[in-house]
Amino acid sequence: MKTLLTTTVLLLAGVLGVALGWSMLDLPAAALQLPAEVKTQLGVSGVTHPVTAVLLNFRGYDTLLEIAVLLLALLAILVLPQATPGGDRGPAPANPMLQSVARLLTPLMLLVAGYVLWAGAHRPGGAFQAGAVLAGAGVLLHLAGLLPPWASPGRALRVGLAFGLLVFIAVAAAVMLQGNLLQYPPAWAGALILLVEACLTVSLALVLAGLYLALTDTSVQQ
Amino acid sequence: MIFDLLLVTALLVSAVHALSTPDLFRAVVLFIVFGLLMALAWARLNAPDIALAEAAIGAGLTGALLLDALGHLHRKRRERSP
Repeated sequence: MKTLLTTTVLLLAGVLGVALGWSMLDLPAAALQLPAEVKTQLGVSGVTHPVTAVLLNFRGYDTLLEIAVLLLALLAILVLPQATPGGDRGPAPANPMLQSVARLLTPLMLLVAGYVLWAGAHRPGGAFQAGAVLAGAGVLLHLAGLLPPWASPGRALRVGLAFGLLVFIAVAAAVMLQGNLLQYPPAWAGALILLVEACLTVSLALVLAGLYLALTDTSVQQ
Repeated sequence: MIFDLLLVTALLVSAVHALSTPDLFRAVVLFIVFGLLMALAWARLNAPDIALAEAAIGAGLTGALLLDALGHLHRKRRERSP
């Protein structure tokens, strides 16, 4: 009975895979040459890297909503009831080797994050990657026992979490005065994108690290 | 070409093993391996932006979260059966 079920599932999965592959091959050619369009408009975007131009300028809307979704996910995690409210025990003392490695690596990771953020204007990089590196540094520090988990985030942390999204919305609203939502004037585009990306990096790092730090409560021990 | 074929094979093998192994810790480690190989594949496909994001978020942060969840599960199990 069980083998029959497994065979049926495998067979159906195979049929689905073949059908998907076949329909992909059968797709009509794109009517609009988007890469060429981006290339012709790159001059007014304020940056020279096409991916950053699309993410922060041409399709800035998508990025704005992505940040909002990430923030919402973290808020949902923060309202989850903690296992024990009085769990203000610090993180478990870690291996001293891990601690010194974390201390050594953190400044380097800060430097890399800053570089990736700055490089985003003209080569692969940008706010998401820089934020992820910073969040990785936060998780490493937490694992080494140097950074306590977030039992209940304070006011500064809350402001930091929402800061990037608020700045992004403020910029989007400000450029609306003389045009459409998120349509930067070409002369200012580069500076505005850098401002938005720098603020987003801070918030993204906090949100991504928060997904980890808010979920690990060391209060649940054996 | 040979490198690409090896990469595709390694991707498929790690994906199948991550899904089919009964040992959860093994599955998480294989998932991280899969994420890193996927980052390599994105780099080969001339998408370095996605490769960076995949390595940092897909393999790094998600892997850390999964390992953490695994630690919680083990602790719970030990509490249940002392």
